[in-house]
Amino acid sequence: MLTIRELKKAATLEEAWQLNQKRINRVMGGMLWLRLSKGNVATMIDLSALGLDKIEETETEFRIGAMVTLRQLEMHEGMAAYTNGAMKEALRHIVGVQFRNLATVGGSVFGRFGFSDVLTIFMALDAKVELYKGGIIPISEFAQMKYDRDILVHVIVPKQKLACSYESVRIAKTDFPVLTCAAAMTETGVQLAVGARPAKAALVKDEQQILSLPITEEKAKAFAEYAAKLLPTESNNRGSAKYRTHLIKVLAVRAILALGGNA
Amino acid sequence: MEITLTLNGRKITRSVEADLALLDFVRNEGCYSVKRGCDTSNCGLCTVFLDDKPVLSCSVLAARADGHRVTTMEGLQKEAAEFGAFIADQGAEQCGFCNPGMIMNALALFRENTEPSEEEIKEYLAGNLCRCSGYEGQLRGIQNFIAWKKAQGKEE
Repeated sequence: MLTIRELKKAATLEEAWQLNQKRINRVMGGMLWLRLSKGNVATMIDLSALGLDKIEETETEFRIGAMVTLRQLEMHEGMAAYTNGAMKEALRHIVGVQFRNLATVGGSVFGRFGFSDVLTIFMALDAKVELYKGGIIPISEFAQMKYDRDILVHVIVPKQKLACSYESVRIAKTDFPVLTCAAAMTETGVQLAVGARPAKAALVKDEQQILSLPITEEKAKAFAEYAAKLLPTESNNRGSAKYRTHLIKVLAVRAILALGGNA
Repeated sequence: MEITLTLNGRKITRSVEADLALLDFVRNEGCYSVKRGCDTSNCGLCTVFLDDKPVLSCSVLAARADGHRVTTMEGLQKEAAEFGAFIADQGAEQCGFCNPGMIMNALALFRENTEPSEEEIKEYLAGNLCRCSGYEGQLRGIQNFIAWKKAQGKEE
């Protein structure tokens, strides 16, 4: 059970950061995962008064505040158009609408959860995170970093010429995924993010240019084999390592072929 | 800490513990339609509207509702009764424990989308679990209600 002595709505990011330097204090996002933890929190730090609940779209990027809910992101028309529906596809399976009206982008990304659909899709999109003290760093790098006491402020998705797709497998609707897979094709090539292995998402780039245009099913299968060899999988109660490795091969082919790239 | 919020149209001020869940807060205020089910943010039984958006009240701190509007089924009795009759017609409620949460989320769906497809209904209500019905009766009830509302609109 989680007990909280005090809830503090931070007036500034500096105040939130200062409070968060004490190990007995915690930053809250949507509280969905945090509330299931055990322990005592002296001051729960609430970022909801800092205006971080907006998605700003410019000509060059999407700037997504840490307190934006997954439902806001799912319903954002600009993001839907940019990702060709892949963002919505990544989010719509997460529990239910009521859950996604609470869960925040900041909580989902800062947690760097292995099961995270959110981390997987952002990684494929070359997203960056803006940390209050740590500055702007690629999300693929952030995913590997140790947990610290910094504050995640924004997730930034740069706009580029993009084709994108998303695939996942669940034993039952609304459950955690057995495997997640996001593919993106930009002017620099194709990359694949695979999560829920069950470890957190990791990125495989087509450095060997297996997927030269036009992309055929044979090339997609060859890249899927390459990705499956690079990405270690493990077993848990949702699937064995062998099954997950097989799923990488299947989902990667589907995701890559959905990119088009056959012209 | 002291919070002020609007519960079912009534502005109230209460002193609460920082870790009190909104679910317990509204039940303490007599809103017994809001049920504790899984208590792990999965079943949808505790659905309330927070500023008109459906949320899981088991997962919201009451303190976070400070300054906001909270609506439970007690505040939507006419709307809920009108729709609930279609669920009852199908015998879809069975034990009835999941019904208030499902009705709240269905009402949220109708406000967002007046003519949802079967797939859209299933997707929107995916976060409402029912262990009795298998969902078919509820789906028929929802579709009949939508058809009735549509026919009403034509008559008007």
